[in-house]
Amino acid sequence: MIDQIELLKLIEKNSQLTTAEIATQLGAAAADVEKEIADLKAQNIILGSTTMINWDETNVDTVTAMIEVRITPVREKGFDKLADILCEYENVTACYLMSGGFDLMLIYEGKNLRDIASFVYDKVATQEGVLSTATHFILRKYKDNGILFKTKDSDDRQAIVL
Amino acid sequence: MSIDYSNKISDVVGNMPPSAIRKFFDLASEMDDVISLSIGEPDFVTPWSIREAGINSLKDGYTHYSPNSGYTKSKIAICDYIKRRYDIAYDQKTECLITVGGSEGIDLAARALTNPGDEVIIVEPCFVAYKAAVTFAHGTPVVISTKQENDFKLMPEELEAAITDKTKYIILGYPGNPTGAVMTMEDLKPIRDVLMKHPDIIVISDELYCELNYISDEPSSLARFPELRDRVIMINGFSKSYAMTGFRIGYVLGPAPLVAQMTKIHQYCIMSAPSMAQFALIEAAMNGDDEVKKMRDEYNHRRRVILKGLKDAGLECFEPYGAFYAFPSIKSTGLTSEEFCEKFLMSKKVAIVPGTAFGVSGTGHVRISYAASMENIKTAMARLAEFTDEIRKGKV
Repeated sequence: MIDQIELLKLIEKNSQLTTAEIATQLGAAAADVEKEIADLKAQNIILGSTTMINWDETNVDTVTAMIEVRITPVREKGFDKLADILCEYENVTACYLMSGGFDLMLIYEGKNLRDIASFVYDKVATQEGVLSTATHFILRKYKDNGILFKTKDSDDRQAIVL
Repeated sequence: MSIDYSNKISDVVGNMPPSAIRKFFDLASEMDDVISLSIGEPDFVTPWSIREAGINSLKDGYTHYSPNSGYTKSKIAICDYIKRRYDIAYDQKTECLITVGGSEGIDLAARALTNPGDEVIIVEPCFVAYKAAVTFAHGTPVVISTKQENDFKLMPEELEAAITDKTKYIILGYPGNPTGAVMTMEDLKPIRDVLMKHPDIIVISDELYCELNYISDEPSSLARFPELRDRVIMINGFSKSYAMTGFRIGYVLGPAPLVAQMTKIHQYCIMSAPSMAQFALIEAAMNGDDEVKKMRDEYNHRRRVILKGLKDAGLECFEPYGAFYAFPSIKSTGLTSEEFCEKFLMSKKVAIVPGTAFGVSGTGHVRISYAASMENIKTAMARLAEFTDEIRKGKV
């Protein structure tokens, strides 16, 4: 019997494990792991997987912005209608409904400042129901999705007798 | 004029050999890019909230000695934790002593209990300090060699056979270093029955790895039997379970008359355990459960990878359910434990420890620690398979 939560935590941390590796680590049969993962996908619990990349270490320029959006909820559909529209933009990597002084938080990955500015002015601010926006640029990423953006330390424990 | 130091050293210290583990560490430290599966401490850094509690105590100026047996609130946190996890009630005032790691607890217990000539039963293979502590206290170690076919558990008939009129106490450690063996409450029942027949024998139970148990969430201990509770000195601490080895903080729980004597030695030799660490332990004992679970799950995943690696390499290993060690037999290779470890280190650059370092009963075994990154474990296991293959083909 596979512990579903243990399986999910394992692949959440490392999506590159093979079925065989997962099976070994969980003490389960590979076929059972495969079936469990298929079931979890069918239930929309596993939605997809990505690789965390530190673009700053490449020659690709990216700018990330967090955009606060205040909106007027639409009758019957509330905030969802506008959220659905904004999610359609491929560079919007995250969209959350927030409590507090604004309604939606967008995370937008752009090529440069101008790219982001034009998205905010042309695409967001012009949407029907958008009252105001506030854009914050990310200066440096220290940690994202639980992963630290710094060089991994090697095992530098010195020997001790025990 | 040169001084002859050899006649200045006490016999009991001079005759004690240094730990056999040392030799391999020295060899390994001279080589580059060695993967070490030899170290008996967690590779995790202490969880941040615990570190922060220590830092805050420094900021708040708690830089003085604590009372000899420890801060009251630290002892309350320990006793509450033990009540919660083990369901045993200890009085923080008289039955709890905070020590400098579990090792100090073992030394204190040995010194408090031993008269010259007393026999002390030691359950091997075991942590290297047990025999040394008894010997330094002028006791006579009587070794029980547990066996692989019993999953390195202590068998009641083995205990019965080792007991004589001179037996003062027994030292055992489960979950065990170096074997990873666990004794459940069910396993401990027949041991309790033997001890009930010998009411004078005290038990020193080293439970440093109590939270690293992959078969049961419930820690097992002879102290949990109410009829034995007042005959058991529990040695425990935070080093292994909470990845706090460098804090040097542990504790002893037991009957008040024994704890009082241990406290006497502690107050003359150590005075008090580090104050900063005593504040950190409060956070560990009160709020550390989730962090421990995370580490335990990760160890468990590595444990299974190691067991599969051993199987793939054709080495026989009983399934260890505790601590972070596997203790496979290497007898099928025809090499001794030392030869195996030395050749493996030299040819594949992986450091592991010969089982003989933990007593004669470790002959033909090696200790592999999985307190290392999964990446290193996988690489080391691949190299192990290559190595055993080369042995079988006569290339080693």
